[in-house]
Amino acid sequence: MSTEIEKIESLTKKEYKYGFVSDIEADTFPPGLNDDVIQALSLKKNEPQFLTEWRLKAFHHWQTMKEPRWAKVHYPEIDYQAISYYSAPMKKPKYNSLDDVDPELLKTYEKLGIPLAEREKLAGVAVDAVFDSVSVATTFKEKLSELGIIFCSFTDAAQNYPDLVKKYLGSVVPMTDNFFAALNSAVFSDGSFVYVPKGVRCPMELSTYFRINAAETGQFERTLIVADEGSYVSYLEGCTAPMRDENQLHAAVVELVALKDAQIKYSTVQNWYPGDTKGKGGIYNFVTKRGICKGDHSKISWTQVETGSAITWKYPSVILKGDRTVGEFYSVAMTNNYQQADTGTKMIHLGKNTSSTIVSKGISAGRSNNSYRGLVKILKNAHNARNFSQCDSLLIGDKCGAHTFPYIEVNNTSSKIEHEATTSKIGEDQIFYLNQRGISTEDAVSMIVNGYCKEVFRELPMEFAVEAQNLLSLSLEGSVG
Amino acid sequence: MLEIKNLKASIDGAPILNGIDLKIKPGEIHAIMGPNGSGKSTLANVLAGREEFEVTSGEVTYCGHNLLELAPEERAREGLFLAFQYPVEIPGVSNTYFLKTALNEIRKHQGLEEIDAADFLALVKQRMKTVDLDESLLKRPVNEGFSGGEKKKNEIFQMAVLEPKLSILDETDSGLDIDALKVVANGVNALKDNKNAFLVVTHYQRLLEYIVPDFVHVLYKGKIVKSGGRELALELEAKGYDWLKNGNGQGS
Repeated sequence: MSTEIEKIESLTKKEYKYGFVSDIEADTFPPGLNDDVIQALSLKKNEPQFLTEWRLKAFHHWQTMKEPRWAKVHYPEIDYQAISYYSAPMKKPKYNSLDDVDPELLKTYEKLGIPLAEREKLAGVAVDAVFDSVSVATTFKEKLSELGIIFCSFTDAAQNYPDLVKKYLGSVVPMTDNFFAALNSAVFSDGSFVYVPKGVRCPMELSTYFRINAAETGQFERTLIVADEGSYVSYLEGCTAPMRDENQLHAAVVELVALKDAQIKYSTVQNWYPGDTKGKGGIYNFVTKRGICKGDHSKISWTQVETGSAITWKYPSVILKGDRTVGEFYSVAMTNNYQQADTGTKMIHLGKNTSSTIVSKGISAGRSNNSYRGLVKILKNAHNARNFSQCDSLLIGDKCGAHTFPYIEVNNTSSKIEHEATTSKIGEDQIFYLNQRGISTEDAVSMIVNGYCKEVFRELPMEFAVEAQNLLSLSLEGSVG
Repeated sequence: MLEIKNLKASIDGAPILNGIDLKIKPGEIHAIMGPNGSGKSTLANVLAGREEFEVTSGEVTYCGHNLLELAPEERAREGLFLAFQYPVEIPGVSNTYFLKTALNEIRKHQGLEEIDAADFLALVKQRMKTVDLDESLLKRPVNEGFSGGEKKKNEIFQMAVLEPKLSILDETDSGLDIDALKVVANGVNALKDNKNAFLVVTHYQRLLEYIVPDFVHVLYKGKIVKSGGRELALELEAKGYDWLKNGNGQGS
C-alpha cells in the first residue's frame, strides 16, 4: 500500500519550470513607501485630485493597522519598505517568433489548449501580421462601445470616467476594510474597469486578454465592475498558463456592484508561481474580492479555480442587500508541495428572500495545507433567507492537510441554512479500478480529481472549463511538458 | 492463454495462496469454487495486479507475457478484465467518459485509432442490450447511486464493450436476484467464443447453472484441492464444503 502512496506522491510533485523573469526595462521607483511616493505615483498616472487624496487617506489609515495573522498560513515578515511601488512597463518583445521560445513552454500551452495567438502573447512574442491582437482588441472595443459598455484599464477610467470611479470606488471594499485592502487602496498599480449600462446584456465574455496594455497590471491590481439596472456581464480573470512575476506580494482588490435586476458572473483561474517543490519563492496572493447585490433581484456569482501561488488568502464575498438577491460561490482550490491556501467566502444576507449557494472543493497534495473559511451571516431583517453550503476536501497522499472553518451567524428565525461537509482521500480502490480498465495511475488521479470538481467546472464558461480541467491534470502530473 | 505455476501470495505477511497451479486455454470457462476465506478473491485480485497482495513465489504466464511483471493497467490493455466483487464509485466521472477512455487505452495499445464518438455510441447502445442496463445509467457517474444489481450489470456491460481475452468474474453473482443473475450469465454467454476465456469465481453453484463451465476447481486453504467437470460443482453443492474439511478433497 505504501508504494501506491509513493506513486501518487511522485505524480503530484510537478515542477514549475518557468520561474521569474527579470529582464524587463522599466522606469522604477526606489523601494519605500511614504506620502511622497504615493503623490509621485498618482502624478505618474495623471490621476484626478480626488484619487490622490483617496490614496493618501488609505495610506494613513494603513499605517495604523496591523497585518492580520488569523489565517492558517505561515510566512516570514514582509518588509513593506523594501518594495518598489511603481514600475512602468516598457516591455519589449523578447522574441521575434514562436520558434525562439522555449519548446517546453509551448508544449505546456498546447496541453492547456491555449489558442495559438494567445500563446504568442503569453510567451512574450512580438505580435505581427499573423495575428494582430491589438487590432482584434480594437474591434472588440468598438463593438462594446456601440452598446455603451465601458471596458478599460483602471488608469484610463480614472482619467476618462472620474465620476463613475468616484461614485463606486471603495463602495464595496472600503479603504479601511483590512490591512491588504488599505495597502492596495494606497498604492494600486492598475487593473480593470467595467461599466455596463442599463438593460444591456454584454454579448461576450470580458477577458483581460482583450484589454490593451493588460499585460502588466502589477502587483496591486484594482478591479471595479458596475452592472447597471437589468444588465448582464460575465468577466474572466487570469489565465491557466503559468504566470511569472518578479513581485512576491500580490494584494489585489476587486469590487462588484450589481444594481436592480443586474447579474455579474466573475470567473477566475489563478496559476501564479507556487514556489519550488521545497516551498521556496512563490507568490503571496492576498486578495480582497467582494460584490454587492445592491438593487433588488440582482445576482453575483463567483467561480474560482486556484492552483497557483505559495500562499492564497482570499474570500470572494457577496453582500445581499437588495430583496430577492442571489449570491453564489463556486471554488476549486488545489494545493501541492508546500503551498498554503486559506480561502472561502462570505455571504452577508441583508435583504428579504435572499439566497446564497456555496460549493467549495479543496484538493490537497504533497505537504500542502488547504483551509476553507466561510461566513454565512443572516441579519435581523433578512426574512426567509436561504443558504446552502457544501465544503468538500480531497486529500492526496498522507502528508497534506485539509481544514474547514465554517462560521454561521443567524439573527432571523425565518431563515434556512444547510451545511454539508465531506473529507475524502483518493481511494486506492478507485485508482485500482481505473487501472484495471487500462487507465494509468496518472490519468486515474486526474480523472478522479476532475470528477470531484465537476460541480464547479460546469459554472465556468466553456473554453475556460476545458482549460481549467487541463490545468488540474497538469498540476497533478509528474512534470510539466 | 493463462498458465499459473505454484503461485503463492500473502497479505501483510499472512499467506493466503499456498501454491496454485492452473491452465486456461482459449474457448474455456473455468469456475473456482470454495468456502469463504479459501483465497478465491485473492487469486482474482493477484491476477489483476492489486498491490496489497504480495506474490511470494510462482510464475504466471499470460498470452506469452510474464504477467506478474506487468502493471495493472498493462494487464488490462492486454485483455485481462476483472469484474469486481465490489465495484467502486467514481463521483463526477460519467460512465460513458470512463468507458470511452478505457476503450481507447486498449485500442491505443493495439495500435488502433481512437474510436470516434458516433461509433462508440452505437457500440455502447448495442452492448447495453445484452445486459439489460438502463440507458440513463450511461450519463450517471460511474457506479454512483447504482443499486447492487446495477453495479454488477455495469461490470458485465464494461466487459461487453472492452471485449477482453480473459475475463475474471469475482463473485459477480453475490447479492444478485435470479433475474439479475440470468442477465449476467446471458452477458457472458453472448460474449463467449473460441478465442476468449473466463474464470468465474463463485461461492455457490447457482451461477453455474447459467454459465456452464468446462472445468470446476475447488479452492481450499489457498490450494486447489480438487478439479473436475461440471458435475463437481453439483457434488459440492450436495455435500457442502464440510466435505472438504473432512479430508475427502485432499490428495486429488
